[in-house]
Amino acid sequence: MITDHLPILLIVIGFFGAFFTPIIGMIRKELCSPWATFITMLQFLISLLLLYNVITAGNISYWLGGWQPPWGIEYAVDILNAFVLVIVAGVCFSVSIYSRKSLGLEVPGKEMPLYTLYILLSTGMLGIVVTGDIFNLYVFLEIASLAAYALIALGDRQSRMASFNYMIMGTISASFILMGIGYLYVMTGSLNMADLSRLIPALYGSPVLLVAIAMLVVGLSIKTALFPLHTWLPDAYTHAPSAISALLAGTFTKVGIYALIRVMFTVISPSYVIETVPVMSMLTWLAAIGILAGSVLAIAQYDIKRMLAYSSVSQIGYIILGVGLANNIAMTGGILHILSHSLMKVGLFMVAGAIIYRTGIKNIYQLKGMGKKMPYTMGAFVVGALSMIGIPPTIGFASKFYLAWGALEAGNWVFVVVILLSSLLTAVYFWRIFENVYFGVHETEEIKKDEAPLSMLLPIIAFAVLILLAGLFASLPIEVIKIWVTGVLP
Amino acid sequence: MNEWVPPGLILILGALLIPFLKGRLRPGYMLLLPIIAFTSLLNMGEGTGFVTSFLGYDLIFGKVDKLSLAFGYVFVIMTFIGILYSLHVKNKGEHFSAVLYAGSALGVVFSGDFLTLFVFWEVMAFSSVFLIWYGGNKSSYDAGFRYLLVHVFGGLVLLAGIIMRLVNTGSIEFGPIDFGTTDSYLILIGFMINAAVPPLHAWLSDAYPEASITGAVFLSAFTTKTAVYVLLRSFSGVEILVWFGAIMAIFGVVYAVLENDIRRLLAYHIISQVGYMVAGVGMGTMLAVNGSVAHAFSHILYKGLLFMGAGAVIHMTGRRKLTELGGLYKTMPITLGLYMIGAFAISAFPLFSGFVSKSMVISAAAHEHLPLIWLMLTLASAGTFLHTGLKLPYFTFFAKDAGIKAKEPPVNMLLAMGLAAFLNILIGVYPAALYNLLPNPVDYVPYTSEHVVWTLQVLLFTALGFFMLRNKLGGENTISVDTDWFYRKGSKVFMWFIEKPLSIAAQIPVTIFQRIADYLIWLGKNPTRAIFLYAGTVVFKLFGRFPGMPPHASGKLLEEEWKNYPGEPVIKSPIGDSVILVLIFMAVYAVYYYIVA
Repeated sequence: MITDHLPILLIVIGFFGAFFTPIIGMIRKELCSPWATFITMLQFLISLLLLYNVITAGNISYWLGGWQPPWGIEYAVDILNAFVLVIVAGVCFSVSIYSRKSLGLEVPGKEMPLYTLYILLSTGMLGIVVTGDIFNLYVFLEIASLAAYALIALGDRQSRMASFNYMIMGTISASFILMGIGYLYVMTGSLNMADLSRLIPALYGSPVLLVAIAMLVVGLSIKTALFPLHTWLPDAYTHAPSAISALLAGTFTKVGIYALIRVMFTVISPSYVIETVPVMSMLTWLAAIGILAGSVLAIAQYDIKRMLAYSSVSQIGYIILGVGLANNIAMTGGILHILSHSLMKVGLFMVAGAIIYRTGIKNIYQLKGMGKKMPYTMGAFVVGALSMIGIPPTIGFASKFYLAWGALEAGNWVFVVVILLSSLLTAVYFWRIFENVYFGVHETEEIKKDEAPLSMLLPIIAFAVLILLAGLFASLPIEVIKIWVTGVLP
Repeated sequence: MNEWVPPGLILILGALLIPFLKGRLRPGYMLLLPIIAFTSLLNMGEGTGFVTSFLGYDLIFGKVDKLSLAFGYVFVIMTFIGILYSLHVKNKGEHFSAVLYAGSALGVVFSGDFLTLFVFWEVMAFSSVFLIWYGGNKSSYDAGFRYLLVHVFGGLVLLAGIIMRLVNTGSIEFGPIDFGTTDSYLILIGFMINAAVPPLHAWLSDAYPEASITGAVFLSAFTTKTAVYVLLRSFSGVEILVWFGAIMAIFGVVYAVLENDIRRLLAYHIISQVGYMVAGVGMGTMLAVNGSVAHAFSHILYKGLLFMGAGAVIHMTGRRKLTELGGLYKTMPITLGLYMIGAFAISAFPLFSGFVSKSMVISAAAHEHLPLIWLMLTLASAGTFLHTGLKLPYFTFFAKDAGIKAKEPPVNMLLAMGLAAFLNILIGVYPAALYNLLPNPVDYVPYTSEHVVWTLQVLLFTALGFFMLRNKLGGENTISVDTDWFYRKGSKVFMWFIEKPLSIAAQIPVTIFQRIADYLIWLGKNPTRAIFLYAGTVVFKLFGRFPGMPPHASGKLLEEEWKNYPGEPVIKSPIGDSVILVLIFMAVYAVYYYIVA
């Protein structure tokens, strides 16, 4: 049955698509973008199917070439993978629709390399999530990262510097991750995650294991842009082409967080990283500082994309905070926030891109009258921003509610205050935009309505609607996440 | 299946269509919305309906009992009046936010659990801020922003309380709360911010006068009254609220002394009137609770009427200061007449709505043997008449003619005011109409000869005092009517106390609050640099110079840095710094893990 091969199809289709993009581009450049949309759509459908299968029929273990793990590579899909897969593939698919016009304007004439890289990035990220082999994870991480460096470098004049910085940081991060994996391999002789989790308990107390964990934590902290190792992120998101900023903000850092969760809670056991060595609790404190620092820094920005980038730093803090608190409720909130932050931030970056597409404006103080000029786009922006602040009935409220609840459950008042205070700060930086967008002009000024093109508007509206729908039916994802969380946490 | 839909949902869903309607369709549609809501309200039987399950909890959108029904009725009526009053406004966004705001207030009233309540609570805050921003000038934006900050903060405190309660009790049911646990304190603070209890009141007097003319009418009705409703539901009988309420009642009146802006004067009186209701909540007896509800009911009607009257004056003249107005009785007699009905109602004149409701709270204080509370509430009542019943109309409509050429406001405004005035008189003349709606059975009779005579005495002496001293009152801020009135009672100390420390104390929260907002804005311009500036200043203060720099150069540098603030928002650091940071982290992690393990 072909459905048995879904996990590998996800990857094979991606590589196949990337391979054929240049050939299609040689025939007609305009076909590259629909081709990418088609490939990512297939990947999205497969991800949905995988999630459905996992929920109905339990975890999937796929052996590449029929080689039995731990000797062969295994693709292991459980609810966490499938959930993140759907998010990543969904974002890649929607942004690819959006990107045709946006990238067409910002990066004219480079469709062919652009969409080749786009599909590679998408496939690399999906590979990180789907694989059950820790070295395979590293390989996909490199594929995705290299594609991301190149894509960022296609942005405005300063993007090359941003990309270069990102590449240095990313390479350091990758080296650390590789060394961490290498240490584990040296000690256990295995690279399969499930196998490792059986072998590692024998090594508890070994300093080598501790160093391996430290290396993995540092490496993944850089990839997830956890404060204060986030320094590559603001520049990269600001100067990358808008569609690529949207794509990266919604997916790449989330994939890093996924890898962190997977390594800490599946490969190494939860009890070890929570109780024996307080790896997670150290991360929560960094996350809490990051939440506040990201919000404060976001307030300081004039450039809308840069502001959103700093806000990402803050939001990533939320996710890590939830995951690090590691009780049932906080963990659920953290993983749910992966979904909500993807929806919100992708939507917001797409709006920023639409504004740039129509007017070229990046400075938020020049956005005056935009509410009349692009009413639907700005309406979607309001929905996204309200969700960022955590106003019900958006999805942002549901995840923040769970995070605050989880923090209380853990008995940690400081984090509750941090979460709530950051909501206030978030309101400050978004409200500054609202004020300019809706109230900056006098009634007398004539402003022509000039909406974004349909192919950009459609994904933007879709994300706004999704934010509301996901908020109204938040119990659905929460139930799904809870199955995984209760299975993992003691 | 229910035969009704929660009226809040009707308005909220209905509001979504407003931006898409054009021309004559829109006014008709908007007036229809509260009518549909009202019919639904009439069909509501007591009990619970519209329950959905969410995250394993029951969300109750329709918890119906006499208490929620009473608030439901007056909210829907006021929505109708408010919409009628604002029909001439062209701005779609303003209509949208007004109806959304009213709908969410109704949503709060009929929600049976804390999650639903919180959802509507937040929608209320975020929709109402637009009504302030549509005031359309710089001060509206600033005031709206401060308003928003306070309400987001209040909402967060409330949310923290709700989550704590959820953790402690495992239930999100919205009902009476045992006072004394941390979660109850947090929830109470969240509620009190919306009820504008001093010192958490500053947002109200700050923002309402800056709202759009029609927006202020809606604002005066809903936010504080939903707060009264939730207090009634959950904190009935909490004694501290009696004192808060009595202080509010006096506070609003005292502070109104200094006011020259007509709508700000009215806004302070909202605080004062809500004080009666909060005091009623605190007493918690059947009579007091009835009094609170009744007073909320009539307050919405007469305060709406007063704001409509003041709004009509501002709309037609473009002026909002007592000192700039005067002599309008010739050109706007109908407005004057309708305004005075509201003024008599708020002052609790017999035959007007305030008389039958306010006296219930005051009598409840007497029944409970709380003489000081009784005295404070009575005094506040006299002060109210002085400001809204005498000073404001006198300087607006009479006094010296400011030579303003004004006309009567548009018909829809007059109709709305007429409707409100009619209801105020109806309740005053036929109190049973109101009393039948109250949650507890009523055996209270407002029209006893003793009560009528006593009220008239207080009011007429106040009026006498006013006319004797009116020339001194003007728009001047130094001499206040309250003090004169108390002066005649012979208590110089008391007068001084009100004029100096109390007024100054009243100013403190306002100032602090504005300082904080200003500071946040300042800090927001460039937080990183601000932090560096502070750090630099501390270093300079401690050592007198920066390392490796002579003292005077250090001082000069610091001074220049302060002057250059906010400067460029982005601090670029070379990538090498980040790399070193990574190494430090690596080392710290490894060493730390090793030590701990």
